Amino acid sequence: MIQQIIFIVISFLTLLMGWIVVTNRNLFHAALALMGSFLGVAGLYVLLDAGFLAAAQLLVYIGAISILIIFAIMMTRRLMQTSETPFNNQWVLGGITSLVVFAVIAYVVLQVFPWQPGAQPFGAAPEVPGAVLEASVTQLGAALVSVDQYVLPFEVASVLLLAALIGAIVVAWPEKKE
Amino acid sequence: MNPQSLLPSVPEFLAILPEISLVILIVAVLAYDRILKPAERRRVGLLAAWGSIVILLITVGLWVLFREPEPNRSLVESLMWGGMIRNDLITLIFRVMFLVAVAIVSLISLDVPALQRGEYFALLLSATIGFSLMAAGSDMIMLFLAIETASISLYILTGFLTDDRRSTEAGIKYFVYGAFASAIMLYGLSLVYGITAQTNIYVIASLVAQSGAIPPEINGLFLLATVMIVAGFGFKISAVPFHFWTPDAYEGAPAPVTAFVSTASKAAGFAVTIRVFAAGALGAPNFDSEWWAMLVAITIVTMTLGNILAIFQSNIKRMLAYSSIAQAGYTLIGLVALTPDGSGAAMFYLLMYVFTNVAAFGVVVLVSRETGSDDMQDFYGLSRRAPYLALAMLFALLSLGGIPPTAGFIGKFFIFKAAVDAGLWWLALIGVLNAFIGLYYYLSVVKYMYLYRSDDEEERIPVSRAASVALALSVLGIIYLGIAAGPAFEWTRQAGAAFFPFSG
Repeated sequence: MIQQIIFIVISFLTLLMGWIVVTNRNLFHAALALMGSFLGVAGLYVLLDAGFLAAAQLLVYIGAISILIIFAIMMTRRLMQTSETPFNNQWVLGGITSLVVFAVIAYVVLQVFPWQPGAQPFGAAPEVPGAVLEASVTQLGAALVSVDQYVLPFEVASVLLLAALIGAIVVAWPEKKE
Repeated sequence: MNPQSLLPSVPEFLAILPEISLVILIVAVLAYDRILKPAERRRVGLLAAWGSIVILLITVGLWVLFREPEPNRSLVESLMWGGMIRNDLITLIFRVMFLVAVAIVSLISLDVPALQRGEYFALLLSATIGFSLMAAGSDMIMLFLAIETASISLYILTGFLTDDRRSTEAGIKYFVYGAFASAIMLYGLSLVYGITAQTNIYVIASLVAQSGAIPPEINGLFLLATVMIVAGFGFKISAVPFHFWTPDAYEGAPAPVTAFVSTASKAAGFAVTIRVFAAGALGAPNFDSEWWAMLVAITIVTMTLGNILAIFQSNIKRMLAYSSIAQAGYTLIGLVALTPDGSGAAMFYLLMYVFTNVAAFGVVVLVSRETGSDDMQDFYGLSRRAPYLALAMLFALLSLGGIPPTAGFIGKFFIFKAAVDAGLWWLALIGVLNAFIGLYYYLSVVKYMYLYRSDDEEERIPVSRAASVALALSVLGIIYLGIAAGPAFEWTRQAGAAFFPFSG
């Protein structure tokens, strides 16, 4: 019960912050709200017993990515005092589409997890022994470097980052005219 | 679970040798770019082109000399790196397509001054790594990373001309649309993981095939996940209704990039789509599945809309963009036939499409560099200004339209035959009717080139040696696949069987 209340509070804060991110005119405030939203997601990870993920979320998303976004905003001229509203004349259509998509997803999910007291959902979360949880970081580390698990995606991620890095340089660094 | 093995076996190492070589080539290209003097800039493109030809030879050499990938391996044996990739004939054939495409595209971009930068060729090569792993990937994690590696490189390449408004706009559009499609696809993939607790598509397929493994309450959720995944894949192959980015991105991007996106990227998208659906990861591959009906509807709409909209285009790149949407529709017929022959025919179609479309865009690159625009009027009287260019374009257009003796005719023939063999004669009929619509606008360009006159007929269009080699190679490919399709088709047909590991 307590868990559910905490879940509802954290989810509400996460969604509220997300709402502020997309509606606020001030980009700097939006970036701060984005950090709040990330923090909420970290809270959800804690509730799910995924301690390592929560720590990684804090370090990477809040500690690195958000700070980078704020730097980018502060170093870009005139981006701070933009007066453009984030809405355009398509917002009614967009809202209706979102509502329909939400209704479809909600309908489908309610079939799996019925909305009645005492109803049993399909495939309740499996019980995970405490020993497995404690060793999860070790296992994750080993899985990322062992050949018969995830070493290939791990390495490909670095190629992806290399491409993104080159791309960032191409976009941000105009070639000098000779 | 034994996490201690840190060294790959020899077949595992060979399975990703092309990708390893591509990474080395990227580093070499970036380093070489730094030590070049400004006057020698085109050499960096030569290095990229030659490097990818060498990697192509390595890949084909492994197959010819060592039978690697071994076609008789069982499914479990061919799954490598912990099931992340599957090294089979499918992977090999698609790798050949991508390496051919990247080599020819490097050759035609060599002499475009704005593209003579190490970063450009490095991004072409990193996109190729992404494509190659998309074709090989058999795990949702691997597939997603490969798709992103390819997509991010392509977003930058599309907007590479940062001084050109249209290119920048095309890049942003492609990026926003692509990020949206990726997010939806990721949502779908995560739902599939939530339902099955597995990420390997073949494991998921065998779970789905067991009766009762997925209870009826879950069917709705599974279908929702399928729809989301189709949206992501449909974006990559630019199928209607996920095609809106295509004309804008193709028009704004530098023409060599458009050639690359419309061939290699599309082929990679098809590799993923056919592999996932034919394996049965999202429902059994038979005509009763909901996804089959959905894909058939997409197939019909894609062919028809692409062809009809292409008729009205006055910009050659937009025309080729809509034409490529229509071609994606024909290729989808090969998938929805749900037979090894059908998938093989789709692979053959993509193989010939690489040569055909790269040739067409190669001519567009050369012509538009001279005239400074992409208008259809630039092609008026091309046969007098540059007879060989017009000839190359003629072959490309005949192949796109599906007229013998070009590869396009054989490709369409195999696709429609596979559809009829599978009992889908009505789908083949729609395809044939569409091919007739397509002929109209392909042959219009031929008319402009050979029958119309233009004012600046005296001006020749200069063709560099690299570009003529690239165009000659593509045209030879078109003609070779058109008159001696047997061995290549046998090869793709054999590979097509690997798409269906659970039936027969």
